[in-house]
Amino acid sequence: MADAVARESYGKLVAFLAVRTRDVGAAEDALSEAFAAALTDWPAKGCPENPEGWLLTVARRKSIDVLRGKRRHEAASEEYEAAAAILAAAPVEAEIPDERLAMMFACAHPAIDAGIRAPLILQAVLGLDAARIASAFLMSPAAMGKRLVRAKVKIRETAIPFRVPERTELGARLDAILDAIYAAFSEGWTDPGGVDAARRDLTLEAIFLARLVAGLLPNEAEALGLLALLLHADARRGARRSADGEFVPLAEQDTALWDGQQIGEAEGLLRRACGLGSIGRFQLEAAVQSAHVERCRTGRENWVDVVELYDGLFALAGSPVVAINRALAIAEAFGAEAGLDAMPEAGGDVRLGEYQPYWATRAELLSRIGAHAEARKAYEIAIGLERDAAVRRFLEKRRSALPG
Amino acid sequence: MQYLLLLHAEEAGFMNMTPEQQQQGMAAYMAYSKALVEAGAMVGSNRLRPVATATTVRVVDGKTQVLDGPYADSKEQLGGYFLIEVPDLDAALGWAARCPGASHGIVEVRPIWSMS
Repeated sequence: MADAVARESYGKLVAFLAVRTRDVGAAEDALSEAFAAALTDWPAKGCPENPEGWLLTVARRKSIDVLRGKRRHEAASEEYEAAAAILAAAPVEAEIPDERLAMMFACAHPAIDAGIRAPLILQAVLGLDAARIASAFLMSPAAMGKRLVRAKVKIRETAIPFRVPERTELGARLDAILDAIYAAFSEGWTDPGGVDAARRDLTLEAIFLARLVAGLLPNEAEALGLLALLLHADARRGARRSADGEFVPLAEQDTALWDGQQIGEAEGLLRRACGLGSIGRFQLEAAVQSAHVERCRTGRENWVDVVELYDGLFALAGSPVVAINRALAIAEAFGAEAGLDAMPEAGGDVRLGEYQPYWATRAELLSRIGAHAEARKAYEIAIGLERDAAVRRFLEKRRSALPG
Repeated sequence: MQYLLLLHAEEAGFMNMTPEQQQQGMAAYMAYSKALVEAGAMVGSNRLRPVATATTVRVVDGKTQVLDGPYADSKEQLGGYFLIEVPDLDAALGWAARCPGASHGIVEVRPIWSMS
């Protein structure tokens, strides 16, 4: 029973405590003690009528005890007593208010290092432990643990507010949350074979968070756009590997293996987002996915439309990653030569030189114009940079198919 | 919550201004201070003399060392501070952004570690 309550309730309960004490770490500690108490109490006495309320009552008592204990030992006693009083006075109603969004805004505050925002949200809202987050973000558990603790201390000691920002600044602040959720999804996505459970699950957790934000802010177009984008990408998960584990590129995927229901939901979200009349990066990326689905299903070429979407994306967020995808679309629409001309220069950007898709795209376009020697070199670098064995095998096959 | 806004800027910037520009700069700080007082957020503020007047003291093995100059040499120097009382970091960041110092240098925002 504790497990069933956990997923939906965990973040709500942490948020309830953290909003009132500004202490995410202490809220997590109190809640994990409450869950431990439930594990011994419920089997013996039976599950309470309102499990969420039971957990909150226990966690709240633990928090107040800890705060009053600190008051005796530490200097800043007034603040601890104030927090304890607020917590003690907070009414516990049958329906616990959902303050997860306010907590996410604290976690993705501009004063928090951008790189730790996604891990922080994953931990505070979903209760993932540092070791699991660390493995998904390719970091040592100790280092991840330290950075998470430091961020929580900063939230408490600098009094970062737990609230949804005013309309005037909501857009920019929301972008930080959406970016963090997207980062969590991307970390999970780099294991498309689903071999590593920690990474695979992260895409589902990210979709859960995107759904949560879109549900709480139903009139924010970019929140809907992000959910549409993630659902589109996830809908094709089953088709990205052949039965024997080989990488299958988009154009060769069996569309029957796509999750049609999820694609339908994504399309509906995208339409709703467009109706709100505020275009943004995630809506454009979702629209690109939508165009790919349309083309693969109907066989009608729409690469010129895709190029236009990428033009819009490039104008909004001119990242090298967007530039590479745009170049690929240009190659499909107007020929490989035009695509190569549109590729960004790796010269000035070290990160681009270490970015596998940059080299794989170059290799593909070079081979199309017959520059086989250069293509071979680019394939070799791409293979050397790829960490997924199936994608490596795919690239090796392309390289050995080059004539000469 | 109290926050200390530490104003760091290149000292030469002010020295190289025309008297008119200096006066404008001073007026901007006066207006800012007044706004802080009006809002009930001002706790205290001071401007520091140039870093050339700094003297550094430390005690090593019981011996006092006195050195001419600041602790760290950097392009931007601490030139003044505002101590403010506001509800949370967002409010403090708002005042930091309004501070004239944020336009010609940087403003570091540090929460006060209450000892009471």
